[in-house]
Amino acid sequence: MKKIVKLGAVSALSLIVGAASAFAADIKIAFIDPLSGPFASTGTNGLHQFEFAADYMVNQQGGVLGGQTFEVVGFDNKISPKESLIQLQVAIDQGIRFITQGNSSGVANALTEAIDKHNRRNPDDRVLFLNYAAVDPALTNDKCNFWHFRFDANADIKMDAITDSIASNQEIERIYIIGQDYSFGKAVSAAANRFLSEKRPDIEVVGDELHPIGKVKDFTPYSRKIVASGADAVITGNWGADMLGLGKSIIENGFDGPIYTYYAAGSGITAAFGETGKGAIRLVSEGQINPPPTDEAAAYYQAFKAKYPDGNIDQSRISNTIGMLAQAIEAAGTADDVVKVAYELAGMEYESIWGGKVFMREEDHQAIQDIHIQEHTDEGITFTYDGSDYGVRSMKRIEMASMDSPTTCQMKRP
Amino acid sequence: MELILVNLIDGLVTGLLLFMLSAGLTLIFSMMGVLNFAHASFYMLGAYFAYQISIALGFWMGLLIAPLIVGIMGAGVERYGLRRVHQYGHVPELIFTFGLALLIEELVQFIWGKNQMPYSVPDVLNFTAFAIAGNSIPAYKIFMIFISIAIFIGLLYILTRTRVGMIIQAALSYPRTVEALGHNVPLIFMGVFGVGTALAGVAGVIAGPVLGTFPGMAFVLGSIVFVTIVIGGLGSLWGALVASLLIGWITTFAKSYNIAMSDILNGIGIPSPADLDTSAFRDLWTVTSPQIADILPYILMVMILIFRPQGLFGKRQS
Amino acid sequence: MTDTNVKDPARSKEQITTDPSKPAQRMGAGSMTLTLTPWLIGAVLLAILPFVFTSNSALTIMNQMWITVIFALAYNMLLGQGGMLSFGHAVYAGVGGFACMHIMNASDFFASFPLPVLPIFGGLFGMGLALIVGSFSTRSAGTVFAMISLGVGELIAASSVIVVAFFGGEEGISGDRTYAMPFFGNEFLQQIDVYYLISFWVIVSAALMYLWSRTPVGRMANAVRDNPERAEFLGYSARWVRFYSFVASGFFAGIAGGLFAINYEILTEENLNTASSGIILLVTFLGGVGFFFGPIIGAIVFTLVQTVLSLETDLWAFYAGTLFVATVMFFPGGLAGLMMMHVPAFKLGKAGYLVRPYIRTLIPAAIGTLGLCALVEMTFHVRHAATGDTQMTLFWIPFDSHAILPWVIAAAIALIGLGIARATTPALRDAWNEANTAGDRS
Repeated sequence: MKKIVKLGAVSALSLIVGAASAFAADIKIAFIDPLSGPFASTGTNGLHQFEFAADYMVNQQGGVLGGQTFEVVGFDNKISPKESLIQLQVAIDQGIRFITQGNSSGVANALTEAIDKHNRRNPDDRVLFLNYAAVDPALTNDKCNFWHFRFDANADIKMDAITDSIASNQEIERIYIIGQDYSFGKAVSAAANRFLSEKRPDIEVVGDELHPIGKVKDFTPYSRKIVASGADAVITGNWGADMLGLGKSIIENGFDGPIYTYYAAGSGITAAFGETGKGAIRLVSEGQINPPPTDEAAAYYQAFKAKYPDGNIDQSRISNTIGMLAQAIEAAGTADDVVKVAYELAGMEYESIWGGKVFMREEDHQAIQDIHIQEHTDEGITFTYDGSDYGVRSMKRIEMASMDSPTTCQMKRP
Repeated sequence: MELILVNLIDGLVTGLLLFMLSAGLTLIFSMMGVLNFAHASFYMLGAYFAYQISIALGFWMGLLIAPLIVGIMGAGVERYGLRRVHQYGHVPELIFTFGLALLIEELVQFIWGKNQMPYSVPDVLNFTAFAIAGNSIPAYKIFMIFISIAIFIGLLYILTRTRVGMIIQAALSYPRTVEALGHNVPLIFMGVFGVGTALAGVAGVIAGPVLGTFPGMAFVLGSIVFVTIVIGGLGSLWGALVASLLIGWITTFAKSYNIAMSDILNGIGIPSPADLDTSAFRDLWTVTSPQIADILPYILMVMILIFRPQGLFGKRQS
Repeated sequence: MTDTNVKDPARSKEQITTDPSKPAQRMGAGSMTLTLTPWLIGAVLLAILPFVFTSNSALTIMNQMWITVIFALAYNMLLGQGGMLSFGHAVYAGVGGFACMHIMNASDFFASFPLPVLPIFGGLFGMGLALIVGSFSTRSAGTVFAMISLGVGELIAASSVIVVAFFGGEEGISGDRTYAMPFFGNEFLQQIDVYYLISFWVIVSAALMYLWSRTPVGRMANAVRDNPERAEFLGYSARWVRFYSFVASGFFAGIAGGLFAINYEILTEENLNTASSGIILLVTFLGGVGFFFGPIIGAIVFTLVQTVLSLETDLWAFYAGTLFVATVMFFPGGLAGLMMMHVPAFKLGKAGYLVRPYIRTLIPAAIGTLGLCALVEMTFHVRHAATGDTQMTLFWIPFDSHAILPWVIAAAIALIGLGIARATTPALRDAWNEANTAGDRS
């Protein structure tokens, strides 16, 4: 009995795995991110942006290499490193050579190491890792490798931009830093302290603390401390429910200064902040959404809205990722030899439709691009988020932010 | 000094909210011996239903109707699910509620999607009631306190002063005798389960706007409710109240004051190691109270279970 | 109905018999004769599977399956055999795995022995933690044990992000298995090498756990589960019997953790958290706690659902939840219990009576269920897909989800399939009774 069931189950397994690989598109990109569970909204929205970008920017323009199209295949990693590694293996078996992922630096860390090992052990089917959102600086420093490319600005670059903005505001004299208790939260705190002491030694950091990630039900006690500390501004790297909970709680409990954030937009957060967040929430990100930087960007966004009326483009780097990959494949003349594609990507300069250039630094594979400090508001917004009246508007642009920032990356190239 | 008062109020709000969940759970447990893992899911359903109703009919109708729907659903779950599984023993019952919790979360995502819902405080209550030393206390929190206390008093009154309450209490301890007296015990069980889940629904309705209405809200609260009723003593209403408030205040104060482990250790005469950065225990030395605030209830629970397994107010050792 | 409704919670908590009214479903260590045949079949099967499924992803999925098998069997030593419900068993596997990871990173020491030995260290560390926790948690069974396990599990999971030195924070720690001493020239570079390493450990640990269940301690665990008072009267300390089971279970969980470390070369907070602990409970129960091989089936089915079904649909968790709830409600003996229900009919030589009624009921039921799933998928697609994107593919058939016809077809399939199943159920019931009761008369 047991034998039969085992046999049946495993043959079903091979059937399904086989069937999934039967649909061959020309160039496939595996999107490994949470599509179910608590972080599914971010993952699903990212997948939509990827699918749209591949369709709009590549397939409708006639594809690459004389007609080959892009296909983005979603793999649900349930935000678990273990599942990500299984899905990575499945993707590689389906002949996919380009892996993209962004949610959680922990997962990115697991993937980049696994891909490095896989490429070393299996030179015949190497893959590239296009990281579109995991911003832990270590990924392009100590843990960098040849196969990993980061299209988002890392936490340090973003903090450089935030602190530029803070430094130019003489009214800010006291800063409170709060974040989630894990690598990214710690990286944010370290970078904030470092840059602030360089740029404005007179600013006092009145609080610097970490809270358990995803476990805090009520942020009131934290906001009490922030209000009591007399801080003029808050810096936080929180995301998801932790961002919304913290932000709302800080504002509701009487804080009226700016809150500098990394991730306080889209995925329902903008709608949930609504009027409360106006004038308080500041967001650091690449890519300017409002006012639309170019006609191209406006057309792109409108086409996206027509397809996904409830969706947001809150990660403009996704279209950069697809655009740069297409350009690199075109220049390499092949999509199968990922080493060639990687050499093309490294050092590439790319004209983004979101304004400005994107430069992929050769020494650490970190994209350098314009960084914006944006505010959460309902005034002057062309493209709102979450179907609400609110969106983000660029307040300040830092051109080619942190172009010369140092890196500890010692890359081994094949 | 002012901050202590503010923290007391915040802790009270957290504690009372927890109480509304644990009250229902502890009633259900003492009656059926079921640890209902889906209890927090009913809390989530309350918030979502209330959000949906508030769009059409406003917040107050949501507060009225949503718990009713949740209660009816809870009663249905007891009647058609749990009662069936009950004959197999307690572990299958528990697994049933476990699976139900999973299913409800999926169902919520299926219907409302995965994003956070813009369910917010009604305008009538969206103002600052008063401020203590710059810390504003929103009127909504005062409202939450009143609702919870009213529910506690009502529950206590029903259980100890009315005929129905007497029958319920009797059914808790001597179900067969009560049945022999001609009362419909399964109906009472169904009713208690319905009321318990409806209470969780109320908690969801009033907590949704402040703590967020999203598919993970049940999971975030999940096991802490069990911790509460275990600390308080399974089946004890007063125990649930005391434990809820205790947990509310402990976590609030631990988060509000940065007490570092190194200070405590130094205080009891253990000097910090000189080579802190390389020491194997460096993480222990740098721990601060906000970091561990949310696991303090678990430590408390394990301690209580080791030294007083029946809980603070529990009568029987189960 | 009502009299079973009201039981003393304390007592029945200890009784994890899946269905007391059916003795055949009870856990019986003596009910299976000790024979080598199933083990040999299992070993041969493990050896030839990679020749059937050659792709790396199939190997990866099977590796995951066998690791879950060991973990679920270890868990069932507590739940099924000892009657102890644990909500935090992932920490023993996790700590064992983390210890293995640290050994992998201690390059000199790691290079001094071959990789296949590594899981033993995982087992020892898992056992060490179980020794400490078990010393106070096994004093009583039932709710107290369950809640202590929950508390300790939460504590260790929470400290995993705080104690960075050992657990590596949220990123976890990673290593490279190939730095071990080559094992007969093999450096375990490829998935297939790892597959055989894991298969070896599956057979060894499963056999050891089976043998454990037949030792006096294993038998006494059953006795303590069913009636601790009587076991005490016989002169056995219920507490120590529970303690030994707990420690042994911790050892095998640690082995599973060690294999995890070898297979994935990374361990994170996820290996410790309550979600993992909850999943292993579900896996074990789905397979069936009443039989030794139950968790094996549960692990295989669950891994397939989680890894393979999730490739096909975003709603996999919904189906998994439905599967669990349905199993608990209708087959509390789990999948293994469902299979073993047929043993009496086979013994009577009357299993043949069931074949045709089964075909008549189960095939329409399966088709009807697929029809229901199609309706669910279509609803999901209409609600959540992009505007204008009306094309969807189900069961390799592309169609327009906004047209009426597919809905009518799916609904018709569901209705007709389930209708036929419902109509033929009485016949199945009769055949079932016939196949099982005839023996009593003869």
